[in-house]
Amino acid sequence: MTATAEMPKNLSQPELQAAFYDLNEHDHPEGGSTMLGFWMYLMSDCLIFAMLFAAYGVLGGSFAAGPGPKDLFDLPLVALNTAMLLFSSITYGFAMLAMEKNSKGATQLWLLVTAVFGGAFLFIELYEFSHLIHEGATPMRSGFLTAFFSLVGTHGLHVTFGLIWLFTLVVQIGKKGLIPANKRRLMCLSLFWHFLDVIWIGVFTFVYLMGML
Amino acid sequence: MSEHVHPNHHHDDDHGSHGSLRDYVIGFILSVILTAIPFWLVMTGAITDKSTTALVIMAFAAVQIVVHMIYFLHMNTKSENGWTVMALIFTIVVLVITLSGSLWVMYHLNHNMMPMTTHDMGQLP
Repeated sequence: MTATAEMPKNLSQPELQAAFYDLNEHDHPEGGSTMLGFWMYLMSDCLIFAMLFAAYGVLGGSFAAGPGPKDLFDLPLVALNTAMLLFSSITYGFAMLAMEKNSKGATQLWLLVTAVFGGAFLFIELYEFSHLIHEGATPMRSGFLTAFFSLVGTHGLHVTFGLIWLFTLVVQIGKKGLIPANKRRLMCLSLFWHFLDVIWIGVFTFVYLMGML
Repeated sequence: MSEHVHPNHHHDDDHGSHGSLRDYVIGFILSVILTAIPFWLVMTGAITDKSTTALVIMAFAAVQIVVHMIYFLHMNTKSENGWTVMALIFTIVVLVITLSGSLWVMYHLNHNMMPMTTHDMGQLP
């Protein structure tokens, strides 16, 4: 405990503070740490999905004498949905390539094409949900359905917010062009969008395909 | 500390591993193949043994996740001085502990503690 009292006495108070708090800041260019920070966010988001997958793994067999995956899921529809998300992934890639060429119009166009595929994905998912609820397979019906709607619904919510973000960026690019800040935002959304596709691989494999086995 | 000072636009270009058209097309084609095969396996029941099918489609999912990481998310060990990979490895460790721990514990809880049938309920003191 006495160690702090024995600090070198030849340093002035401001110098001590500078050594302790690192007041001599290094050069931090604007946005220099954004990509790493956003990656950290994605990793924590990944843990949210890990919890939801764990809940589905635990509750996935608790049907409470209600309908199970084989009564409810429609694989051709899920395949179509997967295709929509995969198409939206590559069209977002094309938007990034257009951004690198500083081609404003092409970037916006590819973003809108991505939005069409993302919107189609959401539409099909909502159609599936309404169909399930219409059949009485509501989230309240059984533990399996609670876990199913939580997991797939959270993914759908992420896609919804991704779409809102995407439209915001289309407008921002229209107003301010492909400035460095907008490019950074596009790169963050790129990570987010592809990350959602990665989560969907887990969803269609563990929920839909293994449920239908 | 002069090595920390970057020229103005250097930092923006630093993250510029967006990949090329070739990367995206390769990733897309691989993803289509790696998605189509598991769907085909399950929809046609090509492998009669269900646990074998489950293992095979899980393997396809794992490979596809790696494909997405490399060709769409452009992961490499050098970006951000390796901190993205470090964060990813940490996340995977936590993820494995969470998933395997939850499933393992809850499976045993279900088997050892819960009365499984109405018959078992009748046997309770």
